[in-house]
Amino acid sequence: MSVIGKYFIFLGTLFRRREKLRVYWKRFMEECVGIGVNSIFIVAIVSTFIGAVSCIQTAYNLVSPLIPVSTVALIVRDMTILELAPTITCIVLAGKVGSNIAGELGTMRISEQVDALEVMGINSSSYLVLPKVLAAMFTFPLLVILSAFLGILGGYLAGTLTGVISPRDYIYGIRDSFVPYNIFFMCLKPFVFGFLIATISSYQGYFTKGGALEVGQSSTQAVTNSCIAILVADYALAQLFL
Amino acid sequence: MIEIKDIAKAFNGKEVLKGISGTFKQGEINIVIGGSGTGKSVLLKCIIGLIKPDAGRVLYDGRDFYHSDAEMKQAIRREMGVLFQGGALFDSQTVLQNVRFPLDMLTNMSEAEKHERAEFCLERVGLAGTNDRMPSEISGGMKKRVGIARAIVMNPKYLFCDEPNSGLDPLTAVKIDELIKEITDEYEITTLIITHDMNSVMEIGQNVLFLHQGLKLWEGDNTSIAHSEVPEMNEFIFANKLLRDAAQ
Ligand SMILES: Nc1ncnc2c1ncn2[C@@H]1O[C@H](COP(=O)(O)OP(=O)(O)OP(=O)(O)O)[C@@H](O)[C@H]1O
Ligand SMILES: [Mg+2]
Repeated sequence: MSVIGKYFIFLGTLFRRREKLRVYWKRFMEECVGIGVNSIFIVAIVSTFIGAVSCIQTAYNLVSPLIPVSTVALIVRDMTILELAPTITCIVLAGKVGSNIAGELGTMRISEQVDALEVMGINSSSYLVLPKVLAAMFTFPLLVILSAFLGILGGYLAGTLTGVISPRDYIYGIRDSFVPYNIFFMCLKPFVFGFLIATISSYQGYFTKGGALEVGQSSTQAVTNSCIAILVADYALAQLFL
Repeated sequence: MIEIKDIAKAFNGKEVLKGISGTFKQGEINIVIGGSGTGKSVLLKCIIGLIKPDAGRVLYDGRDFYHSDAEMKQAIRREMGVLFQGGALFDSQTVLQNVRFPLDMLTNMSEAEKHERAEFCLERVGLAGTNDRMPSEISGGMKKRVGIARAIVMNPKYLFCDEPNSGLDPLTAVKIDELIKEITDEYEITTLIITHDMNSVMEIGQNVLFLHQGLKLWEGDNTSIAHSEVPEMNEFIFANKLLRDAAQ
């Protein structure tokens, strides 16, 4: 309980005593590269394969002659947009970005770099963490859009190359009874998850005490807590918005 | 001049500092010595405002740090330079960027002015030409020098060094001491050094405080240190046999 209180106090410090805006803009751009651009590769690989696998497995399960083949594509599309692209991508990002953030801040803490900022009169939490949080909230939705696109493309490639579905049926399927609201929901999730991952991991890293061993523990803890937070938030969002 | 008055600090009921007072004069090297775990680093952090003491006052030229408003605190902070034990360089930035950092964050100087000032400070600590190296690519002694350059880049009135020469070979250690001494004389800085290196104390200590189990047991200059009547301190300084022989 006290941890949750400390977490919210920590969030409060992000917005106090800020530095010049120009400084934040530069830091924000750096973090967008570190958090967003550097994650494109892993997101692309994971999404393409998950899309491909879900297409093959859905086709394998739908053997009834009463259901049109295009339904396979429809299911792949909805699964990707509603759950696979936003949630699975963010779980992967929690591993990559979360451990990265916690490790970086933990190292800065134990090597007194955070203290060095503080004695200069700089609000270290705001200077270090706020750009990360904003960058995650900005780049995660973009990564998820990429992921959804590649997931559906992966399904197309796998389905047509193995011959379980024709290109025509697939294209028809992914356009069939499409709900635009789902796209909004797909982008909302990573926006929330990005905030959770960045703040939870920063919190873990920022309050690291001790040495190299504790930095490792903070990273692990950051990933674990972020994943739990994502799953809880995923459920809550589904209840609220669907 | 910095005055500290009855600084006390406890962690979880364990008293680390039990009321420490002292005066650190301008243009002098003030040294705090003491065994491991006696609270030297905690005292330094209390003075520079990283740990709030439970009781006591810290006066920077008469300005009470812990009883000032945010603006005054900020003003005092801008007059401090701190060299941390490991240098505390930002490892995502080059040497030059590290030294420039306070200027970038806290001043409105032009690009050219900032560059010139940072290069000047690097030159001052004998590191001209290392501008574009990363902290991970330079030696421990060089890191401390860069740390000193960063600490003096804003022209501080107060300079704090936590174990400036621990982990360095004797020759490099002496050079770092000399550098700090020169800078202190040159710019009339109030310098406070935390150390357990008796060499530094004998070479450059103008005002020495001895801490033992959270109390200040002795204060004086480096010439009278060998003739003190405090048994705990004699034990500490004469742990080194060479010094013991020299004193006899
Ligand atoms: N943040 C903290 N929380 C709890 N205890 C602390 C904290 N910082 C320091 N201490 C305790 O205060 C005591 C003094 O520590 P300090 O780091 O000041 O020693 P030191 O004199 O600098 O020793 P050294 O020469 O080894 O650096 C130690 O017993 C340490 O465990
Ligand atoms: Mg110490």
